[in-house]
Amino acid sequence: MIVLVAALLLAQAQPEHHREGVPVPETARPAAGEHGATLGHQEVAPGAVHKGEHEKSGEEHKGGIAEHIFEHVQDETVVPLGFWAGQRYVRLDITKHVINMWIAAGILLIVVGLAARKRAVIPKGGYNMLETFVMFIRDEISVKNIGHNNDQYTSYLCTAFFFILFMNLCGLLPIPAFGGFPGVSTATGNVSVTVVLALFTFVLTQIAGMRAQGAVGYWTHLVPGGVPGALWPLMFVIEFFGLFTKPFALTVRLFANMVAGHIVIFFLIALTLFISVYVAPVSVAFALGIFMLELFVALVQAYVFTMLSALFIGMTQHAH
Amino acid sequence: MPLPAAGATGILEVESLTMNQFSLGYLAAGIGAGLAVLGAGFGIGRLASAAMEGTARQPSAGGDIRTSMIIAAALIEGVTLFAEVVCIILAVKV
Repeated sequence: MIVLVAALLLAQAQPEHHREGVPVPETARPAAGEHGATLGHQEVAPGAVHKGEHEKSGEEHKGGIAEHIFEHVQDETVVPLGFWAGQRYVRLDITKHVINMWIAAGILLIVVGLAARKRAVIPKGGYNMLETFVMFIRDEISVKNIGHNNDQYTSYLCTAFFFILFMNLCGLLPIPAFGGFPGVSTATGNVSVTVVLALFTFVLTQIAGMRAQGAVGYWTHLVPGGVPGALWPLMFVIEFFGLFTKPFALTVRLFANMVAGHIVIFFLIALTLFISVYVAPVSVAFALGIFMLELFVALVQAYVFTMLSALFIGMTQHAH
Repeated sequence: MPLPAAGATGILEVESLTMNQFSLGYLAAGIGAGLAVLGAGFGIGRLASAAMEGTARQPSAGGDIRTSMIIAAALIEGVTLFAEVVCIILAVKV
């Protein structure tokens, strides 16, 4: 629940289009020409024929291929919501990825809820499979990395693992948009979602460190012992900023792995449109191969995120 | 073909199609993406060869070696994808 609310609050990275209907004050829009250098060719209407820039091999639509592909992996607003906070407008739109997070969370709650009913000494069926996963997370990931305090953190690790796994797997379902429903896509392909997940790990890491080493002891032990006194402030600043590289790496690793697979598949299918329809057998075969790889990557990335979270929590348990 | 005038900044007035700032940006994105994949290929190749050798020496440790190999491959690929994301941003925003 906290994940959903937090991701909703932090889902401010909206795409450039689909912003009509949201009241924005005149002062918040960038002045015309201010972003001339960085917007580049997007100042011209997308899809229009670009003179000279995109006429590679004479096909005028080739320049639009990147835009078409990125349209599919980007977020789009379904219900624009928000509120005014003084001068700024805080956008809390319900977007496609938010709805997909709800779908993944709903499936997770239903599956785990149904599976956890039949508790018995000898487990069978769905409960058995669930217990296999949870025991794997507890024994291989949590106990090996965190040590003897692992009870406090195993539930977060299980939540993170299953939620990320279900979000990644939902992205592989080919359910398109129909009616008002925006379609099922990869919620972890949005950098806002992965940044919030990494932020949870970061906050939990700090809390774990402060619980294990004392609230003040954690910060004083951030710098390893044996550092000469004169160097201590500099080392503290370096170590403090080094605390943030790990969640950043978690964010980008999960986000880029999820998005890269989808972009490759979209591009391979788009070749059928842009070269000729007769490349379709080869194109679809390659796309199927990448799809299988993506299935594997979905599992591995959920596991790697969970394992690195456990590792970071474990690293804070003892002073250097 | 005349070179662009000294003050030409717009994309629709440039005469030369070879070395304006946008084509250099696209070229950089392409070369960057290729180099990133090159690094990943070397790294994961070495990793896989070490894993094969270790499993050949002690087949009973094959499961543990396989798990560690997959974790290390995912981490190396994560670093590669940082570079790929930068190249994608460059290619789309330029």
